[in-house]
Amino acid sequence: MLVYLAKRLASLAATLVIASVVIFAVMEVLPGDPAEIMLGTNARPDTLAALRADFGLDRPAPERYAAWVAGFVQGDLGRSYTYSVPVGELVAQRLWVSLPLAAISLLLTVLIAVPVGALAAARRNGPADVGIMAATQVGIAVPNFWFAMLLVFVFAVSLRLLPAGGFPGWGAGLWPAGRSLILPAVALALPQASILARVMRSSLIDALGEDYVRTARAKGLSRSEVVRRHALRNALIPVLTIMGLQFSFLLAGTIIIENVFFLPGLGRLVFQAITQRDLIVVKSIVMLLVASVVIVNFLVEVAYAAVDPRLRRRA
Amino acid sequence: MSATMAAGRRSLAARALGHPSFLLGAAISLVVAAMALLSFVWTPHDPTVLDIARKLQPPSATHWLGTDQYGRDVLSMIMHGAVTSMAVSFVAVGIGLGLGVPLGLLAAARRGLVGEAVMRANDFVFAFPALIIAIMLRDIFGPGAINAMVAIGIFNVPVFARLAYGAALPLWTREFVMAARVAGKGGGLITLEHILPNMLSLVIVQATIQLSLGVLAEAALSYVGLGVQPPAPSWGRMLNEAQTLMALAPRLALVPGLAIVVTVMGLNLLGDGLRDLLDPRLARER
Repeated sequence: MLVYLAKRLASLAATLVIASVVIFAVMEVLPGDPAEIMLGTNARPDTLAALRADFGLDRPAPERYAAWVAGFVQGDLGRSYTYSVPVGELVAQRLWVSLPLAAISLLLTVLIAVPVGALAAARRNGPADVGIMAATQVGIAVPNFWFAMLLVFVFAVSLRLLPAGGFPGWGAGLWPAGRSLILPAVALALPQASILARVMRSSLIDALGEDYVRTARAKGLSRSEVVRRHALRNALIPVLTIMGLQFSFLLAGTIIIENVFFLPGLGRLVFQAITQRDLIVVKSIVMLLVASVVIVNFLVEVAYAAVDPRLRRRA
Repeated sequence: MSATMAAGRRSLAARALGHPSFLLGAAISLVVAAMALLSFVWTPHDPTVLDIARKLQPPSATHWLGTDQYGRDVLSMIMHGAVTSMAVSFVAVGIGLGLGVPLGLLAAARRGLVGEAVMRANDFVFAFPALIIAIMLRDIFGPGAINAMVAIGIFNVPVFARLAYGAALPLWTREFVMAARVAGKGGGLITLEHILPNMLSLVIVQATIQLSLGVLAEAALSYVGLGVQPPAPSWGRMLNEAQTLMALAPRLALVPGLAIVVTVMGLNLLGDGLRDLLDPRLARER
């Protein structure tokens, strides 16, 4: 296990290094000078030069790359060109919106998908199964941002039950802040839950066909007991893998949904940074997002290897 | 051309006609494709002409789906939007197929270090969601159709590479490949003549699925302004423009949204149907 872990860690580190080089290089070839954008095209050359020096933009690219990475590793993400505050601070503020949103929607996804998928598998080919499969077929096809708009129309504009957008901040209290995340989280969760419910269904159907299920039935356990005590646990393994893969979609979804609901999260920040050419913010957030995807998938793989020794040898 | 092949084809056609989800998916996809093609020669109105005097009109004989806040004909915009949607997702699938399948085949044929390097590179690309790629590439290609095609296309590459690798690897141990080796054929020739034809159905099914994901991704990118730019119509941007008018004219948000849902469902049903028809073994595993 230790050898496996060392190998996987080395490859994780290599992936992160390559990702940082790619992101830095892409941002490097982008046209436009941040100093000029901050000061306007009429700025005096010496002011521009002073600003470039201030942000270290006049240094050669490898030097700036090294400084960026060194800072990143120590938690110093650089200073925003437009806000003139440390990027780390900006990100930390925004994370308090994005992370709870992602967490709530992930929770909703699992709470919907697992029982629904299990029900469909248990009632295979029955009316419940056919209905659930049809519903998930629609759920997969619905763009989350369109679903978000419909939710706003029904629950905010028509019924006036929940806010249509914006975020009062956690300082306003748990409920006022939390309720403004409900609609965004539901919008994010529905398409993900549809996919996951289908995975849950087919994985439980497979598990129910296994020998140990027959053995358990032969021992005299009832069908629902077999599902709960034996099949369900095994069926959850593929569900976990897909959840790991869904994580990157969840991140992308969060970025878009934050724009629908005007939530001051990472997604809004990255879009504002793009339009303001605040490249250091874009670079650091993209790196953070990519790193989180890579790390989540790494954790999922390691969790498997911990459970299933065969996977360790394959790597 | 043997009699058995002809019989096989007949039975495939017969099975296709008896497969409801395949038929429904094929019908929907054909209608969307026909609508997109028709828009090249005819639309009820010019979708880019603004006519403020006729803004926000309800559906009528002249404007079947009404007009938007600028007086543009919604049906004409939907028809042109279908072109955008299809063009972007087709090119994105083309990029994924063109790069991903050869890479996966190479990894399977060479294995060892080459295979490892190819598959690791794929895992790496997988960490970049299409949206992130689009954000990064926005200033290189400018926001627009090309940006969307490249961003979604890059995301498709590892999907097809993994698929091709996974499908090709077991084929390399089969008897007919051994026989071809003994006959003195090289890796490239074996891949072309024996490996590729045997995994074609898998690739076709996956291409259909990626097309539907491409339609969704294109809509999302246009919605946030990273896709096709005005005045070219796009379903995603129509939704963006309709957002503030939800209370006033919910129709403007319903129509493009439904167009996306129906198109994506059509392609998904088509993909599921093709999977059942082309490879009955896979149908069981689903």
